[in-house]
Amino acid sequence: MTTVARDPVAAADPAPAPPTRPAAGPSRHRYRAAAGFAFGAALLFAVAPLVLSDFRLSLLAKYLCVAMVAVGIGLAWGRGGMLTLGQGVFFGLGGYAMAMHLKLADAGPGNMPDFMLLYGQLDELPLWWRPFASPWFALPATVLLPMAVAFVLGSLVFRRRVRGAYFAILSQALAAAMVILLIGQQGTTGGTNGLTDIQGFFGYDLDDPVNQRMVYFIIAGTLLALLALARHLTQCRYGELLVAVRDSEERVRFLGYDPATVKLVAYVVAAGMAGLAGALFVPAVGIISPALIGIVPSIEFVIGVAVGGRATLLGPVLGAVAVVWARTALSERFPGTWTYLQGLLFVVVVAFLPGGLASLIGLARRRDDGEPRPGLLRRLRLRRREGAA
Amino acid sequence: MTGQLHGLYVRDLRVSFDGFTAVDGVSLDVAPGDIRFLIGPNGAGKTTLVDAVTGLVRATGSVRFGDRELLGRPVHRISRLGVGRTFQTSTVFEELTVLQNLDIAAGARRGWGTLLRRRHGVPDEVAEALDVIGLASRADQLAGTLAHGQKQWLEIGMLLVQDTRLLLLDEPVAGMSHEERDATGQLLEKVSQDRTVVVIEHDMDFLRRFARTVTVLHAGRVLSEGTVAQVQADPRVQEVYLGHPVDAGSAPTRTEA
Repeated sequence: MTTVARDPVAAADPAPAPPTRPAAGPSRHRYRAAAGFAFGAALLFAVAPLVLSDFRLSLLAKYLCVAMVAVGIGLAWGRGGMLTLGQGVFFGLGGYAMAMHLKLADAGPGNMPDFMLLYGQLDELPLWWRPFASPWFALPATVLLPMAVAFVLGSLVFRRRVRGAYFAILSQALAAAMVILLIGQQGTTGGTNGLTDIQGFFGYDLDDPVNQRMVYFIIAGTLLALLALARHLTQCRYGELLVAVRDSEERVRFLGYDPATVKLVAYVVAAGMAGLAGALFVPAVGIISPALIGIVPSIEFVIGVAVGGRATLLGPVLGAVAVVWARTALSERFPGTWTYLQGLLFVVVVAFLPGGLASLIGLARRRDDGEPRPGLLRRLRLRRREGAA
Repeated sequence: MTGQLHGLYVRDLRVSFDGFTAVDGVSLDVAPGDIRFLIGPNGAGKTTLVDAVTGLVRATGSVRFGDRELLGRPVHRISRLGVGRTFQTSTVFEELTVLQNLDIAAGARRGWGTLLRRRHGVPDEVAEALDVIGLASRADQLAGTLAHGQKQWLEIGMLLVQDTRLLLLDEPVAGMSHEERDATGQLLEKVSQDRTVVVIEHDMDFLRRFARTVTVLHAGRVLSEGTVAQVQADPRVQEVYLGHPVDAGSAPTRTEA
């Protein structure tokens, strides 16, 4: 007797077995993904530099940094259910780590950064600045420092089963605390001004358009790499487990997993991505300041992800770029109303299109097959899962 | 699927919530390979007992599975000792396919190396479970789209691939059709060949057909224990559980405390 429960409801159950689509084997899927990446690379590396002016290209570089943060939020929030309203903290840690190194490099060996002489009334470089003089410390620190902070925070929070709105508020409070800390320590952090007027990037003059272009290429390449990483993380077994934790943490616990560990990994990876984004933001824009990493930018990261579609791979990227671009474009014309528009956009998307704009694509694609289906969002996920399987 | 049969040995188990004692000194032995039904009126402490065994609520006393003490261990550790449960409301991962649900259940012992790779094909134990629970043809369907009974089978299948040696099932046939109940009962019989099964159930008809032994709980204590016939003949059970024996038909209550 191999089958005891031989599907006795099959007769009474009118729902057809899932449509057998043309066997899209993993190889075919991989081919499609590779094609997608090639297209993205062509767009970023060939089309954009040809079409855009130097000014626009450097703006795009800035947007792509925000998109990197969004990739991480898509992983932590979209797949892992952790609404992190404080990614600015990790973005800031990465940014400050990079900026500190660049400031020291600008000042030259043995000298102190300009702002310290202005406000600091210090005789020598503070102890905690010193390691950042070495690129061998500063560069890994841009990623590892945010990851370490996320690890400590996540360990404390997830083991105590803090989640949902409480987690969101906690992460936001962290962003506020970090800003207050930075502003309070003006002598060593630059205070409200932040670390400004960064001239060079590992020996290259950042005022030179050629070097700016190089920075753009580094950023574009990094974004593609992070996308590949995120894609793998969502499609491997860990990605399935992460979704399971998002949807029913208790159940996962009863299967013998520790959900805290599963969430911690996604949270730490997202923090690393934000840190890397912050680090690359500095040469692209030439400044890092509390205003760029506080509560408001942290929320803006999330809005972009929500608008694009948090549970998809490309949705967060496109959404984040679109929202930052819209802010730049619209706030020039309607400086007073942009904040309201942004808030409205967020509310509308969350209320009426929880899957983000990405779910509209799915709707259009499914119009032609008239089978009864469990609902739009579920269909979208189904399609992705089929790809993953 | 290795591992031998173990019994469940509960000694003087007590669970209190804010002064209210839900389980009040329960001792019971479930023999290896048994299908034990736990019955009792609302508030008898059946689900709380299972909660205590699986580490969901704090308890005093002793709960041993084989020679391992379960009390005091966190939920996921108890699970790794081979103790698995289902809930009254089905808790499959609705956004994942049947196959993915089973694959996750099978994977608690996997290392990070495996977790970070993609799944290729269907693992053996998952294929076997798909066959046993009769959902092989629906492997790629989202669990959320399954019929109610199928979700319950999927839950049982998840316990099987977990290599659970003790299954604690909380009202597995609630809301099922007659055919589904029969299939579930046969599934339990097959499963109990190399596992110990404890079932909380209100359905008397189902109990008569598939229970090997029965424990009746009342107000947090064991009221009666034995075979179905023994328990049914016990006047205390008739009085407390079935109310007035005259109009006691079947399934006196539907909800659970």
